[in-house]
Amino acid sequence: MHKEDMPLIFEISSPGRIGYSLPEMDVPEIDIAELLPKGYLREEEAELPEVSELDIMRHYTALSKRNHGVDSGFYPLGSCTMKYNPKINENVARYNGFAHIHPLQDESSVQGALELMYDLQQHLIEITGMDEVTLQPAAGAHGEWTGLMMIRAFHEANGDTGRTKVIVPDSAHGTNPASATVAGFDTITVKSNEQGLVDLDDLKRVVGPDTAALMLTNPNTLGLFEENIVEMAEIVHGAGGKLYYDGANLNAVLSKARPGDMGFDVVHLNLHKTFTGPHGGGGPGSGPVGVKSDLVPFLPKPIVTKRGESYLFDYDRPQSIGRVKPFYGNFGINVRAYTYIRSMGPDGLKAVTENAVLNANYMMRRLAEYYDLPFDKHCKHEFVLSGKRQKKLGVRTLDIAKRLLDFGYHPPTIYFPLNVEECIMVEPTETESKETLDEFIDAMIQIAKEAEENPEIVQEAPHTTVIGRVDEATAARKPILRYQKV
Amino acid sequence: MKHRYLPLTENDKQSMLKTIGVESIDELFSDIPENVRFSGEYNIKPAKSEPALMKELSRMAGKNADLKTYSSFLGAGVYDHYIPVIVDHVISRSEFYTAYTPYQPEISQGELQAIFEFQTMICELTGMEVANSSMYDGPTALAEAAMLSAGQTKRKKVLISATVHPEAKEVVKTYAKGQYIEVVEVPYKDGVTDLEALADLTDSSVAAVIVQYPNFFGRIEPMVELEKIAHDQKSLFVVSSNPLALGALTPPGRFGADIVVGDAQPFGIPAAFGGPHCGYFAVTSKLMRKTPGRLVGQSKDDEGRRGFVLTLQAREQHIRRDKATSNICSNQALNALAASVAMTALGKNGVKEMAVANIQKAHYAKKAFKAHGFEIVFEGSSFNEFIVKMNRPVKAINEELLSKGIIGGYDLGRDYPELDHHMLIAVTEQRTKEEIDTFVQELGDCHA
Repeated sequence: MHKEDMPLIFEISSPGRIGYSLPEMDVPEIDIAELLPKGYLREEEAELPEVSELDIMRHYTALSKRNHGVDSGFYPLGSCTMKYNPKINENVARYNGFAHIHPLQDESSVQGALELMYDLQQHLIEITGMDEVTLQPAAGAHGEWTGLMMIRAFHEANGDTGRTKVIVPDSAHGTNPASATVAGFDTITVKSNEQGLVDLDDLKRVVGPDTAALMLTNPNTLGLFEENIVEMAEIVHGAGGKLYYDGANLNAVLSKARPGDMGFDVVHLNLHKTFTGPHGGGGPGSGPVGVKSDLVPFLPKPIVTKRGESYLFDYDRPQSIGRVKPFYGNFGINVRAYTYIRSMGPDGLKAVTENAVLNANYMMRRLAEYYDLPFDKHCKHEFVLSGKRQKKLGVRTLDIAKRLLDFGYHPPTIYFPLNVEECIMVEPTETESKETLDEFIDAMIQIAKEAEENPEIVQEAPHTTVIGRVDEATAARKPILRYQKV
Repeated sequence: MKHRYLPLTENDKQSMLKTIGVESIDELFSDIPENVRFSGEYNIKPAKSEPALMKELSRMAGKNADLKTYSSFLGAGVYDHYIPVIVDHVISRSEFYTAYTPYQPEISQGELQAIFEFQTMICELTGMEVANSSMYDGPTALAEAAMLSAGQTKRKKVLISATVHPEAKEVVKTYAKGQYIEVVEVPYKDGVTDLEALADLTDSSVAAVIVQYPNFFGRIEPMVELEKIAHDQKSLFVVSSNPLALGALTPPGRFGADIVVGDAQPFGIPAAFGGPHCGYFAVTSKLMRKTPGRLVGQSKDDEGRRGFVLTLQAREQHIRRDKATSNICSNQALNALAASVAMTALGKNGVKEMAVANIQKAHYAKKAFKAHGFEIVFEGSSFNEFIVKMNRPVKAINEELLSKGIIGGYDLGRDYPELDHHMLIAVTEQRTKEEIDTFVQELGDCHA
């Protein structure tokens, strides 16, 4: 170990020390060897840590100090919608009647939970402009795959088995083509034009009798609204395909445009983005899927319905694609999203989008002088810059991102979307103040100047973090994926 | 409007609009065509103040029968276990829960190290060489294992035991359809996988033999025999395991499993009406580069300090796009952290002690049922669940039990028509002798 290394929990373990308090053993004990078949009683114990409760708290407190979250500072990570995670959500999700209920209890004993799910479905139906919603998918990518499986089932039910291709723009999230593959489709890429929008001529070229669906994020990952959405819907529908809406960027259009009104047949939402379920260091998320009426029969089962004054699960869905997840989805995240929607109300959600878009445009305009702006028009909730100018000075976008760490910021998304060179993708969200934006802009301007006057300071960044740049090549060449006692 | 989550003041907005060079916020939305523009506001419930909303939702939560108030004997994949109080304190540190995926290692060492420790603990419990950073849940992890097996063996059929969790089987079937993989169910005999039937079904077209250990009925599967049948035909041996049980049971890795998956819910994760829980995914080192999801690896920084990074990313969707074999992106990181804290608090001794307590208490309950004249079906070694035969529908019995403050066991007739009137009963370390005795007594009364 290096003297500055943070010890692993295993390295502070001491035989005989404990950190637990199990319920009393109040039944007569029998020799455990008699209760298991020969050869099935574990001989070698699992080498788990042996530490006290204070050891645990200090260890994880130290780890948390080596981690940056939204509560630590600005986090303008494009396409991830790193907005404030309200604390009321955390309290509500921990109520005994939400956190400590079993999914297989009799429906009569979980009416409150079913009511919440049903009401959340109704709210999401209105927000998306769709006809029905399932809360089952666990995350965005899971929702994409669920939606595509429904589209496949729809075409198959019509005897339309030649529809094997899903079209995605070259600016799409990586999950889109991957979800298409897992759902059994081939992917075709449609090009973007010089304005950063889907090229209609190219779309007409790739669409055909083998088109199952077009997957689209709107606004797209460049932060631009696909203005030709109506024509695109006509082209795809005209060829018999379905239109899939990737809801990753819904924060840009709340109360401004609904996927259902734009002609989309299926939509997934990322409740951990737009609707503040926290990101949790990578999850858990929640990825509900909404559909138009002709796809309703194919929704995963069960769906929560209401009969009279009671709520129940509807399993009687013969055309359903089946289950995509055990039980009913990430209920705990759905509780948080519901709490958020109820905290905002209709006027609040409208203000969310207006402020998010205002923040993004303000930053874009102020930074345009110092960084290349590939698409010079109003953006929606996020925008992309290119670090081409700085690259000529020997400073790459990666260096700029690392330099931002020295200022206490999480950098924007970099090198995505793939169709912009040295891409820097910034999403401020509506929960940031003008002061925070100004401070970040000042840091970006300073870095642009450093790239001209003192590039080493950027190239060698970060200078203030607990460790420097990590050797990723060695990590991949000789993987060490677990601790081994020496 | 003013809202506590929205800091821009009217002054801010005016000065920002001026910088942008527009008159109004509406102008920023002029690129949305008129015919698809939504005008007005959503027809949804109006906003509520913080205190009013908490009151309303507290009342809604109060309509549910919760496991803190009721005495529960319901398991079937989700269990009421001891959650060390410290778990919630750790995962409530917002540096963890308000962070995203640790793509910037210099400011994410805390999360990365915590995941590295989680991967190590899962390897230790399962007896496997490599574990990933988490999956959505046990059943989707099992579906990914089926897909990995098909890709690895270039075969298009998997065998799944009838004793695997019914909802997990359904999820596997949905995923398999996407990949054109055939799923064949292997019947059970005496409560475990029917070895003869399995041997008959297993041939060189089978990508994987999938079993659950302990199985859905709580029974210990014959792992030695299962492994032999699978590997004789070069099929992968895929095992779904409750990781808590592995504190007392010989781990699947010792029996030659190629892939071990499951859900870490028994470690520090509340039932939460079925989610979010925490899938885990463990493999032999041979399958390391085929593993779905994120992996954290150890490396060094430019000054030789230990550092952790997301590694082997060439497997993942954001690099491979349509060539990726899995589309997983978000996982269950915060719940993996909760599980890590619980496994750390329990530690080497506590995990074993808790697992053994489950076996002991379930055994006591089984004996008590027998003493009351009940029939235990598929009797034999089990972990914390077993089956008791009732003389009338389980649903009706459970409704009666609820009024007595008890959440009864699982109605097996829902999934196994031949097991109508059979209740799958879970007894964890949380149930006291008194609760068990009362439950047996009440069921005896219902039974009479």
